[in-house]
Amino acid sequence: MKIVVAIKQVPDRDAPVRIAADAKWIEERELQWAMNEPDAYALEEALQLKEKHGGEVIVLSAGPERVGSTIREALAKGADRAIHIVCDDLNARDALGVARLLAAAIRPENPDLVLTGLQSEDLGLGQTGVILAELLGLPHATLILHVEKTDAGLKVKRELEEGWFQSIEMPLPAVLTMQSGGNKLRYATLMGIKRAKTKELRVVNAAELGVEAAAVVTLEQISAPKKQKSTQILGGSAKEAVAALVEKLKTEARVL
Amino acid sequence: MSVLLVLEASGGKIRRASWEALAAALKLGPAQDVTAVVIGAQTETLAVEAAAKGIGKVERVEHSLLAHYTADGFSLALYQLLQNQNGAKCVVFPHTYQVRDYAPALACKLGQVLIGDVIAIEDGPLFTRQLLQGRLNGTYRHIGNGPCFVSVQAGAFRSDALETQGNAASAPIELFTPTLDATQIRTEPGEPLRESAQTVDLGSAQRIVSVGRGIKSAENLPLIEALAGALNAELAASRPICDNGWLPMERQVGSSGQTVAPKLYLAVGISGAIQHLVGMKGSQCIVAINKDPDAPIFEVADYGIVGDLFEVVPALTEAVKAANG
Repeated sequence: MKIVVAIKQVPDRDAPVRIAADAKWIEERELQWAMNEPDAYALEEALQLKEKHGGEVIVLSAGPERVGSTIREALAKGADRAIHIVCDDLNARDALGVARLLAAAIRPENPDLVLTGLQSEDLGLGQTGVILAELLGLPHATLILHVEKTDAGLKVKRELEEGWFQSIEMPLPAVLTMQSGGNKLRYATLMGIKRAKTKELRVVNAAELGVEAAAVVTLEQISAPKKQKSTQILGGSAKEAVAALVEKLKTEARVL
Repeated sequence: MSVLLVLEASGGKIRRASWEALAAALKLGPAQDVTAVVIGAQTETLAVEAAAKGIGKVERVEHSLLAHYTADGFSLALYQLLQNQNGAKCVVFPHTYQVRDYAPALACKLGQVLIGDVIAIEDGPLFTRQLLQGRLNGTYRHIGNGPCFVSVQAGAFRSDALETQGNAASAPIELFTPTLDATQIRTEPGEPLRESAQTVDLGSAQRIVSVGRGIKSAENLPLIEALAGALNAELAASRPICDNGWLPMERQVGSSGQTVAPKLYLAVGISGAIQHLVGMKGSQCIVAINKDPDAPIFEVADYGIVGDLFEVVPALTEAVKAANG
């Protein structure tokens, strides 16, 4: 199976975020970056499918130069080769604009399967995979925990709300967006990291792909959320804080 | 110019999230300009339910191939309806798993982009949605020609005010039959199923101690178990803990796990992404312990301690034991 995995580099979960001076996005200087976690699960699924059925895993990512480090990480984990769409204005494009870039890079590869995470941890739009399927003219399924290859194509396990699941059968080629937790994520081995340096990483300029970049939806401003409740923050040392908390829970909230 | 509201049903009834989407639609146009859409193989009862909500019109999108939800079937049928309904200004949905599965494809067919998971709508219209797992808000605007697609987060808009408009005259109901062929529906969905009988019923627990990524490794879980023991509380977790296999999936609280509303919900090392918050924000008293003062969990907490859980939790366990005598 030839599998393309679309991955995104996002701010590291534990990195403190500051709103940039123009309030259009966060301050990116000094930020730490990581592979979007749902995309890491998509990569894991792709690697396991390849181990079972043979084939090739190609990682695809769009973004500025820094994205290269996340692509190398995917190669170190076992992807065979990579395509980096160099794009410095990723945030100015909407979900359709980004999906058009990815679709343009995927089309000449003619993959059997396209995988991506169900959403990104930064913008959280959760649409890229679905739009990709529409642009590529392929069937899709979202929130997938498990993928099984069948004679007719695929049988996938889709998560529904409140602990329910559903199995879906579909032909190949197809696009799936992966939910987290279906597999255990692997770490890159030292050997993998070494090998990654010799693997093919093709760099394509976004402009070369000749896709429409004008957005129909724009992010105008970002801001800190307003508090829904007035939280009492209990300060002091750990000992003082917990003493105050126990007192409040007993006398104020009356839940102890 | 009208607002199209796509209602989602389950078990023959329109879901509450759909009425919350109606509350959102009313921010985009007057009630008489709102057309509610019900979709399926048999939509008559749903249409009658919708027609009583004081809106302008109800469209029944009906076809035998829509008996079970498929992304292909729903997006094609609604695409045809939209082409037929010249001039819809906005198309509003509840932000459900189902809508996430097909609405982006539907919008794409019209060269549009869904503004998903919206929590507020202001004049403009400007749409607010959460970024970075709830750490920031972003304000979005639709600038393209053509309809603006919006889905709204569960619980963000109040539907209770609508229920009281019971004396409104019933809206006219129209039938729309899309042209669908079985070959256009490429996926074959199975019946919904549950993995195994749940042995942990978090829903009836009076006290819950819930743990998140802050615990760092499974080896540290006894710390949380000791606190839960001292409080006589059930142990629960956010999704990443269950994804890692540190606790079983049935202890997961959130949109993909259980929804709980205990008297006391103590969140330890949980940042509070929306997927978690929807599962516990109805709790009577919420306590959060987290090292990050900007963690979104503090937005819903009654009491908070900003600090290292590895110091705070053992101290709290001791304090609770002492208080119990």
